[in-house]
Amino acid sequence: MSSKNRLRRTMMFLSTQRAGSIRDAYIYAPDSIIFDLEDAVAVSEKDSARVALYHVLKYVDYKGIERLVRINGADTPFWKEDIRASVAAGCDGIRIPKCETPHDVEIVEEQVINAEKEFNRPIGSTLLQVAIETPLGVRNAYELSMASERIFGISIGAGDFMRSMHARRRDDGAELYAARAQLVLAARAAGVQCYDTVHTKVKDYEGLERDTQLIYDMGFDGKSVIHPSQIPIIHKVFTPTAQEIEKAQKIISKLSNEAKEGVGVFMVGEDMIDVAMLEGAKRIMALAEAAGAYKGE
Amino acid sequence: MKNKVGREIPDEFLKEGKQVFQGAFAFDKNVYHKVASKTVGVSDPNHTKVLPDLKAAIMACGLKDGMTVSFHHHFRDGDYVVCMVMQAIAELGIKDIMVCATSLGTAHDALVPLMESGVITGISSSGLRGKVGKAISDGKLKNVAYIRSHGGRAAAIASGAVHIDVAFLGAPTSDDYGNARGQGGISDCGVLSYGEVDARYADRVVIVTDTLVPFPNVPASISCSDVDYVVVVDKIGDSEKIANHTMRMTENPRELILAENAALIMKHTPYFKDGFSFQTGGGGPSLAVTRFLRPMLEEAGIKIGFTVGGCTKPMIDLLKEGFIGAIMDSQDFDFASVESVHKTPGHFEITTSEYADPFNKGAYVNRLDYVMLGALDIDIDFNVNVITGVDGVVRGAPGGHVDAAAGSKCTVVMAPLVRKGRLSSVRDRVLTVTTPGETVDIFVTEVGYAVNPRRQDLIEALKNCPLKRYTIEGLRDEAYALAGKPEDTKFEDKVVALVEYRDGTIIDVVRKPAKYVLA
Amino acid sequence: MQLSHAAVGGTEDSGDVLVEVAPGQGTLELEINSKVLSQYGSSIKKTVLETLTRLNVTDAKVIVKDKGAVDQTIRARLVTAIFRAADMKENLPWGDL
Repeated sequence: MSSKNRLRRTMMFLSTQRAGSIRDAYIYAPDSIIFDLEDAVAVSEKDSARVALYHVLKYVDYKGIERLVRINGADTPFWKEDIRASVAAGCDGIRIPKCETPHDVEIVEEQVINAEKEFNRPIGSTLLQVAIETPLGVRNAYELSMASERIFGISIGAGDFMRSMHARRRDDGAELYAARAQLVLAARAAGVQCYDTVHTKVKDYEGLERDTQLIYDMGFDGKSVIHPSQIPIIHKVFTPTAQEIEKAQKIISKLSNEAKEGVGVFMVGEDMIDVAMLEGAKRIMALAEAAGAYKGE
Repeated sequence: MKNKVGREIPDEFLKEGKQVFQGAFAFDKNVYHKVASKTVGVSDPNHTKVLPDLKAAIMACGLKDGMTVSFHHHFRDGDYVVCMVMQAIAELGIKDIMVCATSLGTAHDALVPLMESGVITGISSSGLRGKVGKAISDGKLKNVAYIRSHGGRAAAIASGAVHIDVAFLGAPTSDDYGNARGQGGISDCGVLSYGEVDARYADRVVIVTDTLVPFPNVPASISCSDVDYVVVVDKIGDSEKIANHTMRMTENPRELILAENAALIMKHTPYFKDGFSFQTGGGGPSLAVTRFLRPMLEEAGIKIGFTVGGCTKPMIDLLKEGFIGAIMDSQDFDFASVESVHKTPGHFEITTSEYADPFNKGAYVNRLDYVMLGALDIDIDFNVNVITGVDGVVRGAPGGHVDAAAGSKCTVVMAPLVRKGRLSSVRDRVLTVTTPGETVDIFVTEVGYAVNPRRQDLIEALKNCPLKRYTIEGLRDEAYALAGKPEDTKFEDKVVALVEYRDGTIIDVVRKPAKYVLA
Repeated sequence: MQLSHAAVGGTEDSGDVLVEVAPGQGTLELEINSKVLSQYGSSIKKTVLETLTRLNVTDAKVIVKDKGAVDQTIRARLVTAIFRAADMKENLPWGDL
């Protein structure tokens, strides 16, 4: 079982069809892995991918990395069986593609509940992730985030999005301003996480770092990944600076000390600190720890 | 008789002074007489060394049935020399020849028919790759093959354990008197380190070149004073395969993780300080370590004192940028290295003896701080196998692996935990011991590392290393959990090859694989 | 479980296995080819037989062309082939696999 607000700086897409790679993909150390039954799999191989998924989830130890499944859309004949297989095998969560209205979430949740009952999984143990890929989805981001208790986060999947927006690609990411802004707003208002789209030009590491810095500063929780080489770059961006870490440590320790003294507001350096800042400080420390564990410094 | 690594060596091979392996340094301070060659001295200034073809040279050298010839492998998979010479020997009706090569590979598949017909009845080599290895495993060689490391071969020749009647040494350039160099021709290989010991000790030495240059061709890797004859052929090798145009710098994420882990290990050991020395192999991951070195050196503000062994472009770059003090080169793998030796300040050629001979007065391997080595597999005693595949067929080469492992202060073996085709790199017992566990310190994989319990000092030092430390048994368990525990490979009784440790003792034997029968 | 026709699962990529199943002649016929036969021959055979038993397949011809697939991959590819051969596309007995 996976906690709703665990670290998800990187979420790596993986095709279950690639037998050689899936057996130990944990070595790349993403925070989450998304087994893709949708775009990565040809129609004629949906059944094979599903069986491969089941066996990977059931028999391979991923050493604590979260295991999610991107199922096929409700407009296909595959989605229900995808849910049955994923839940039966004990996945940590399901990513629902092309969400536009809460109904898209509700029908999936219904199938998930049925599957949890059918296969004796604890009810509620399968989390949900909402993937938004259309302008309507972006407009409904808040409602979608609130559509189920199981939702841990929402993501923007840029794919066809740019075309449906009539936008053009720009280095500063202008074509995604609208979507990214709406998404992070909705996520914060609803109290869930949000993740940015994949960077399809794998070898464009500069562009990846630039986009990642942008979304990190905007407040996003993480980014989707399609190649292991992208992971260290994103983790590097999501690493707090030494000053941020020091400040966060001070805040945490002072808050616990001052609270004992009954003091509600105090100074750390030039900043006024109160208990509202505790969560942010804890988030910094969680990122720092994860970065330390990854980088080894 | 059982040897020090627990391998049973049949008594039939323990004759004429051959002993079982007794420990990596059992023969330290060994006192012996170096042999000398039977030399035909030349004082007549009108004497010509250049002969019209290989057959003429073979006959002029008086090659007879039962004699030993030798070759080097500086031309790697692009070599034409070995096969051309052996073909000529066969056509002259000479047979029962012992081939003392430094390494044999896919360029030498054509030797197999000569093995089958009895032209070649004995082989000594480091590498036995491709069809030659398979043929030896199939028992097609009349006499048992000898697998020797580079240092071991040099010691065997110097001590007389192997006597070379005629050395055929390929050279990218030679003058008409036999001064041979690895540069200046159409198929350059950079250095001729492997051939030097042959030139010194063989009774007769023939230089085979495709580019005759004006005398004197100096500074020579092989001196004209050690050369009997010179033969000019059309091509000594395929230049594309002699030196890779660019050594493929791996982009494989798994190999990069492995390389980065190995570099991290280096960083957290006590020898990582200014002026340290190091050697990498030519394989993908081992080579990729160099990529991760530069940022580490910059961060620590230190430089590498010198590198030893095989040379590649990343090292040349580090040399030119001031991160390496000197490169002591015994083999060049790519164009950049071939071009650079003797020309870039700090890039020097050393002979194989200087590099790795355990019986000289101290070889360069003894001065190494680190060596990063690949492996086919390793066992829970840290013994390494670089010779036999899991099917028991001979397909690898000890090279300088064994020598560097013995000499280096910190020997790091790196391999993916389980290779793609379900090949576990760590197991209970390797099929063939090449490098004894007592000389292997650390084993690194993508998932973590294990330290030889003999090195409590390294375990202590690595406490700050962020990688996960396992026991070697723990890594074996991880590998078996992933790939399943493999069955034992079955062999017939027939011994097809002896694996000599660098000191000439027998560390293991290779037998003919038995046909697998599915129960 | 009865197989209606021949079917295939998996690929010949390194680390994968190609499994061909077809209705049998009244018994189980098994042919195993593998790059790592000497290491995992018995294990592959055991896995295949176990899986066939679990799915109650007693009458089939199974040909395995293995390129070094680990256990769970062999099972997955065999299961895929069997369900395809039995024309079962949905409502699979996931809990029994």
